[in-house]
Amino acid sequence: MNQLATKYKDEISRIMAKYPPEYRRSAVMPLLYLAQREMGYLTDEAMQEIAEITEMGVTEVASIVGFYTLFHDQPGGKYRMQVCTDLPCALRGADRFLEELCQNLGIQPGETTPDGLLQIEEVKCLAACHRAPMYQVQSPEGLTFYEHQTVESALEVIAGLRASEQGKGGQA
Amino acid sequence: MNKYILLRHRDIPNLKDLQIYQENGGFAAFRKIVTGLTPDQVMQEVKASGLRGRGGAGFPTGVKWSFLPTNLWPHYVVANADESEPGTFKDREILEENPYQFLEGLAIASYAVQANTSYVYLRGEFDPLAAGLDRCIAAMEAAGLLGDNLFGTSYSLRLHTHLGAGAYVCGEETALLESLEGRRGLPRLRPPFPAVVGLYGKPTVINNVETLTNLPPILENGATWYRTIGTEKSPGPKVFCLSGRVKQPGNYEMPLGTTFRKLIYEYGGGILDDRPIKAIMPAGASSALIPATEAVLDTPMDYEAVAQVGSPLGSASVIILDDTVRMDWLANKTAHFFSHESCGKCTPCREGTYWMAHLTDRIAAGKAEAQDVELLHDVTSQIQGKCFCALGEFSIMAVRSGIELFRADFDARAKRVES
Ligand SMILES: Cc1cc2nc3c(=O)[nH]c(=O)nc-3n(C[C@H](O)[C@H](O)[C@H](O)COP(=O)(O)O)c2cc1C
Ligand code: SF4
Ligand code: FES
Repeated sequence: MNQLATKYKDEISRIMAKYPPEYRRSAVMPLLYLAQREMGYLTDEAMQEIAEITEMGVTEVASIVGFYTLFHDQPGGKYRMQVCTDLPCALRGADRFLEELCQNLGIQPGETTPDGLLQIEEVKCLAACHRAPMYQVQSPEGLTFYEHQTVESALEVIAGLRASEQGKGGQA
Repeated sequence: MNKYILLRHRDIPNLKDLQIYQENGGFAAFRKIVTGLTPDQVMQEVKASGLRGRGGAGFPTGVKWSFLPTNLWPHYVVANADESEPGTFKDREILEENPYQFLEGLAIASYAVQANTSYVYLRGEFDPLAAGLDRCIAAMEAAGLLGDNLFGTSYSLRLHTHLGAGAYVCGEETALLESLEGRRGLPRLRPPFPAVVGLYGKPTVINNVETLTNLPPILENGATWYRTIGTEKSPGPKVFCLSGRVKQPGNYEMPLGTTFRKLIYEYGGGILDDRPIKAIMPAGASSALIPATEAVLDTPMDYEAVAQVGSPLGSASVIILDDTVRMDWLANKTAHFFSHESCGKCTPCREGTYWMAHLTDRIAAGKAEAQDVELLHDVTSQIQGKCFCALGEFSIMAVRSGIELFRADFDARAKRVES
């Protein structure tokens, strides 16, 4: 029983309609995004189901997950705060920003806060170099950009995420 | 008076609203060509305008379109919205604030090569922008600007967005096509070129977002008008992305051929803390370093003149470096970028970028010996000219020019251990 196909019937047919019928595999990346929305990462079952829908081998689907950095096959923090430290941002203090933010949270870049809420990651250019320091937050709801940031404003954003989680009854 | 041709939203509030866009002349060009011009006439007009691709290579757009064989169908147009070169943030502004001008450009290109289905490939991080474009496309369908038998003609067009998922190499056009076909983004062997064997094996045009955004004004006002802007060989307006050690980083729309000095000191407000400028990277992290002499500052930013002072203009992602920037540190940054983004298909790039990252780590940490700088330079020679795609060639630019032009920065770090 293909749970993804059942649960997202309409969305999947909308995705499929974008591509010629004989090129079902073009839908693999949109489907991976769809499945990743559920859990924040891709389970073996999800990859199996996507392989069935796109008529691909499951190892091929897994190789795509491995190639692209926005797909995750391991659970991480519920929220991923991805700080750009690429050259143009670094010229405007991004490295220092990341270091001080991590110090404040008591974790290293790449690590997750003890409550499992937030993982801090260092990423490459996000096409907002003129508004450094900046980061994006990847969450089950999608991506949000935060620009012209300071450690104080970032800590406020994190407090906001934490509060909204608690509002939801902490179903992390 | 209106100042902008591409960033028109800065003149006209709410231009991202379809009604406002149409009230300001939007889709008049598309309607005019579909109802009144043959595809060949459109192609001739674009050729005559001299428009050159804004995605990096500067290839004449109309000429590129004319390579599509007319005995092989269907044709496709794919808009390249991967925008991942460090220092580049112009396509994002266009997609966010002036999306209909871009979509009208995509529709014009599609008509010119008679594509009935076209795609916009966006980097995965542009997910919210893709959602915005999807809404625009739906509004265009509802307004009869997309769909079957447009304006009562036999021409039909549908547009779709497609998201990448975090891979710089997918901006390279053949890797982009692989990705759109549901594969890992590994570049294809060329020839055959995408113009002949492209998406799904069919003739395909790939154009940058900014390139396409130039089309509505060209078809509206004509090639002769367009050529009054910019230079003889590099006509038209360009969005320059200014970043790094300047007071006012941002996107600046100016005619091609404007000088570095004007961009940096007039528009950018000069260097942070009024420090001395040291070097310029005109093409993002893929640039060679250009020492910022007075002569360089007075160089007009067009494709030919910038290449003459040491680096291609690329997508005009101008990164400014002042005297606080150590070039060994900079080389370390770019080396890590390319080592992270190498797709791994060919050995010189995969291994070479790894070694550049490793050696520049040692140098920047002050743990290197003097011969490590020489070794690093040798590694760049091992990569140069031996890579399967341009990413590998880009990867050495800053490192190699850094060593050759700013050797003292490297030696100062390397010698530290011995003393
Ligand atoms: C590694 C690499 C990355 C590239 N990234 C982009 C990009 O993000 N956006 C883009 O438009 N072109 C990019 N290009 C250039 C494209 O391959 C292609 O030349 C361009 O999209 C053609 O459009 P144009 O003729 O309108 O410039 C990249 C090229 C290489 C080699
Ligand atoms: S040069 Fe680098 S990015 Fe290009 S194909 Fe080779 S390994 Fe891949
Ligand atoms: S370098 Fe950080 S957004 Fe471009």
